[in-house]
Amino acid sequence: MTERVITCINCPMGCRVTVRLEGSEIVDVSGYTCKRGDTYARQECVEPLRMVTAVIPVEGSVCPLSVKTASPIPKAKIAEAMRALGDLRLTAPITAGTAVLKNVCGTGVDVIATRTV
Amino acid sequence: MSELRVERRDIVIVGGGPAGLAAAIAAHEAGIRSLTVLEREAHAGGILRQCVHNGFGLHRFGEEMTGPEYAQRDIDRAAELGIDIRCDTTVLSVENNRRVTCVSPTEGLTVFEAGAVVLAMGCRERPRGALGTPGTRCAGIYTAGAAQKLINLESMMPGRRVVILGSGDIGLIMARRMTLQGAKVLACVELMPYSSGLNRNIVQCLEDFGIPLYLSHTVTDIQGRERLEGVTVAEVDANRRSIPGTEMHFDCDTLLLSVGLIPENELSKGAGVSLSNLTSGAVMDDSLQTSVPGIFACGNVLHVHDLVDFVSEESFRAGQMAAAYVRGELQPAEILPVKDGPGVRGAVPQQVRKGLKEDVRIMFRPDAVYRNASAVVVSGGKELARKRSLIFTPGEMAVITVKAAQLLQAEDEGLTVRIERKDA
Repeated sequence: MTERVITCINCPMGCRVTVRLEGSEIVDVSGYTCKRGDTYARQECVEPLRMVTAVIPVEGSVCPLSVKTASPIPKAKIAEAMRALGDLRLTAPITAGTAVLKNVCGTGVDVIATRTV
Repeated sequence: MSELRVERRDIVIVGGGPAGLAAAIAAHEAGIRSLTVLEREAHAGGILRQCVHNGFGLHRFGEEMTGPEYAQRDIDRAAELGIDIRCDTTVLSVENNRRVTCVSPTEGLTVFEAGAVVLAMGCRERPRGALGTPGTRCAGIYTAGAAQKLINLESMMPGRRVVILGSGDIGLIMARRMTLQGAKVLACVELMPYSSGLNRNIVQCLEDFGIPLYLSHTVTDIQGRERLEGVTVAEVDANRRSIPGTEMHFDCDTLLLSVGLIPENELSKGAGVSLSNLTSGAVMDDSLQTSVPGIFACGNVLHVHDLVDFVSEESFRAGQMAAAYVRGELQPAEILPVKDGPGVRGAVPQQVRKGLKEDVRIMFRPDAVYRNASAVVVSGGKELARKRSLIFTPGEMAVITVKAAQLLQAEDEGLTVRIERKDA
């Protein structure tokens, strides 16, 4: 039996939610005030997800291109995703909304430009 | 010397960030066509342009956007309406007769005579000089926002080994940004026993990357001749004095400061606008009009907001009210003062027009953390509004609405906003 304490991020309460796991199976969740804390803590224990945003240098522009993952990706893939973005060689002009990297690190999620350079 | 150019406008808006853009859009939608926005930078959008992280727009658009995306919505809407936005244009002065003097490389000096002026200059960061931290004056010390601008707008990395002083949201966001872009962030140091940043940012910007947060600690020494070489961090006591013997040393080439935001009111002062010691912004009434008739203020120049969504909301109203003023629909009225009671700091608006037949939203910052408490608005012996919350914290602006019917019952002494604990 393992215990993990997760700080809920949904509101300023910041409930410290305790999740008890048997192997990878959740057996008990306690310490939350509302349903969102329960849901969030379970997700954090199963597969934490994060939006990733970054800036990438672009040939032909002083201002770098800002990008985001189109949806959250597994937290464990953040470093790998940043390396993949670092390998990109981009040239201006690029329009906001363009996918600059498809299916980043096999997550099925595209990385898209958030501004036009 | 050529003659000074003088132009007439119904409304002039100082600042093309989210506040100025929203005010301009609202004024245009209210029928004002003689309208100009003056923006110091080369692009509209203000600080959002460098806020490339996500988390904007949840309240206003119901979706999570990055800063540039949020700004673009307003820039596109302003363009659609044909609103005149003059970039690279610095306002030199605003006078109490609503003359606005500005300068730009292409137009030179221009004077606008405006029917109404909306102040939307935003805020700036508290610099090192305001802290009195001892040590050498070497390179490598930046405000968090300056570092953010270098990385996110100018493709430059300010340093490789970083300590962050202050755990406000910008500092936390920069801890993650510097880490993602390849730097090593050694520590985030906070003077207070709590962080004023969002839980979300503490988890996703520090904990996710294993960056330690030292609460009740501060930087007590800065070392380095040409470039920063290291900082000393020590624990502080309840009086915020460093405790001898608790010193830690960090070898670093960069120190980022995230130690507070101050509304940028130099132009407001020049116009004779009364400022509040509590918010550092203009004293205003529920129409967002300042002490100078026809001069309105909105956004972070008025009081520092947590979320841009609320800046936009406030600024839409400022634009509508400025339009009403220009049309002569906003008459001078007697006012009721809005006062801070126990637990409340910097309630805005500071005044409500007497006889107002509208709901009024009062915003304030709690002076400490209160759990299971209520925000209450009273006048005379009467309770006009009550809002319960599981938590009030200084890190989150609290909002309470007084309904129109309740407001009409207010006594001449005005309204007092206070926090009541459940057990009190």
